[in-house]
Amino acid sequence: MGNLIFEQVLNSLQFGIMLFLIASGLTLIFGVMNFINLAHGSFFMIGAYLAAWIAGLSGSFWLGLLGALPLTALLGFLLEWLVLRRLYQKDHMVQVLATFALILICNDAVRMIWGPQPLPLNMPSAFSGPVLLFGLPYSSFRLLVMALGIVVALALYFLINRTRMGMWVRAGANNLEMVGAMGINIRLLFRLVFSLGLMLAALAGIMLGPMVAVQAGMGDDVLILAFVVVVIGGIGSVPGAAVGALVVGVVDTLGRGLLPTLLSLFLSADAAASVGPAIGSMMIYLVMIAVLFWRPSGLFPARS
Amino acid sequence: MNRIVTMAVAALFASASTTYAAEVVKVGFLTTLSGPASAPGVDERDGFTLALKTLGGKLGGVAAELIVVDDQFSPDAAKQGADRLIKRDKVDILSGFVYSNILLAVAPAAFASKTVVISANAGPAQLAGAGCSSYFFSASYQNDAAHEAAGKLMADKGYQRVAMIAPNYPAGKDAAGGFKRFLKKEPVLELFPKLGQLDFATEIAQLRAANIDALYFFLPGGMGVNFVKQYAAAGMDAKIVRVMPAYDADQQMLSNGDLIAGVANTGEWSSDLPNAENRAFVTAFVKEYGHQPSMFAAQAYDAAMLINAAVKAVGGKVDNREALIAALKAAKFNSLRGNFKFAANHFPIQNQYARVVSKGADGKYVNHMTATLLSDHVDVYADQCKMP
Repeated sequence: MGNLIFEQVLNSLQFGIMLFLIASGLTLIFGVMNFINLAHGSFFMIGAYLAAWIAGLSGSFWLGLLGALPLTALLGFLLEWLVLRRLYQKDHMVQVLATFALILICNDAVRMIWGPQPLPLNMPSAFSGPVLLFGLPYSSFRLLVMALGIVVALALYFLINRTRMGMWVRAGANNLEMVGAMGINIRLLFRLVFSLGLMLAALAGIMLGPMVAVQAGMGDDVLILAFVVVVIGGIGSVPGAAVGALVVGVVDTLGRGLLPTLLSLFLSADAAASVGPAIGSMMIYLVMIAVLFWRPSGLFPARS
Repeated sequence: MNRIVTMAVAALFASASTTYAAEVVKVGFLTTLSGPASAPGVDERDGFTLALKTLGGKLGGVAAELIVVDDQFSPDAAKQGADRLIKRDKVDILSGFVYSNILLAVAPAAFASKTVVISANAGPAQLAGAGCSSYFFSASYQNDAAHEAAGKLMADKGYQRVAMIAPNYPAGKDAAGGFKRFLKKEPVLELFPKLGQLDFATEIAQLRAANIDALYFFLPGGMGVNFVKQYAAAGMDAKIVRVMPAYDADQQMLSNGDLIAGVANTGEWSSDLPNAENRAFVTAFVKEYGHQPSMFAAQAYDAAMLINAAVKAVGGKVDNREALIAALKAAKFNSLRGNFKFAANHFPIQNQYARVVSKGADGKYVNHMTATLLSDHVDVYADQCKMP
């Protein structure tokens, strides 16, 4: 039982850390630019596709990872310059419609370029086996994903709290007009924040790629989870996104892992087997509703 | 008045046309062709196409028109696709189908429009018992069958602590029912992840904690491939015996190589089934597509051969649905599984075999038949079926 809980906690952390990578970009873009980017999940997908494509050509996962990150950032930069910057002054509904259209365009574009079948992206061979962790064999790739996520989260913390750009970002999330009045180049700030956010999403896509499947639409479900994280954590708050991501990771994993067992104490085995998974997958939304009820602006609201 | 006459004439023509042989037999082929769940659908399409090619583009001597539509692994998209095939293309027969939830979403509209449905894979219990329809035929199996055989295999070996995992959808429930019916005891752990789930960290942790001797896993398409990879990456005990249904243990799964070696699987077909048709099919398939056929391809090939035999028997008059249905029911053809016959509910009466993944002479992994688990097996739902 102890081992089971330990392993499930590791799984929750791994899932939560991945969600954080996606949600932190989303919350930064929303917080600083006041821009709803539904196409955020598409860059999760594009990053994974580019990595799988480069890894397929070169035979190396690491080359795929290193090549896909700047390429995704470049694509994001172009997209911001061509389309998105025209949307900043529009209201949120227009932004939602336009970026939803981008999701559909991106999904069909990858289908046209790489075909309807998923692209293979395998774990690097050095990390395809298990390692012993206090006597428990655990996937070394999942540990790598966790370690990478923690490093990125710390770097992000340092960037936001200890650097000049981070100061702009924090100020921008609080009061953008004042930041502009202080003589900061808001255009540039937007572009940097946007590219950074997309790179984080792409990184998550690349690291999750070998564990799920690199396929058209892989970003859509993740986007919904990322929004749940952002809403729980408080829109615009990176620490909020971190806490929200861990909450969603833990609730989802434990909900799916333990609820059926718990329910079987009260219900017949058959009923528990069918009700358990259904409620398990609902758990994170129930938590979101609870948070919205007691803390309508999230756990760590960026604007006070 | 004029209009009534026109309508009457049109009606006359419509009824008159039924007495002539159709110029073309239209087959709509609705299956999953995109996303990680699509490998079985692609195999089905390839198997059916190969059969048509073997038959010179004809079914029962009549020119055949095959319209392939991707259901996108979504019941909604499948309904729209089926609607187009039935109403616009006016297909005589609807075939394909990998996933039971898709088939169940499409079936009512097809039956209502008197379109004959011939499943090349999905065989849900809902269509086998009280809900059976004279318009439905399974060229594959009733969903429970492979799972019943797996239960028997495990019961015969006497494993003590058994677990099973299957997706939370109609065929997953059929799997649990069938498996337990022949296992004759309760598994220590039953897991039902969401259909299409690709990350199994949570489930693998539970399996590890359950301290099992044997695991039955029914995870179709990309789910199973991911599960096997993650199972190995998580360092699960190699002593745990793994059993799976045979249709998921072919082509796509075999690409996992060493990770899948020695896994037992159960089903009604194997590439080394000793009959002439099967040998010719395997050779032709490898020549055409450059890889070994899967059970999905074999079933779709049989579906085409079944249609061929029935259309021939009615002399190409497929518009007379009652005759076509009677001909399908009585169709005599050499299937890849040997003789082919239907039970009262239009599901095949057939053997279930045990196979095992082992290394072939060329170093690639293949499935070898090891035993016959069930002979001339009829599903448990057939008795409840009352055909009109």
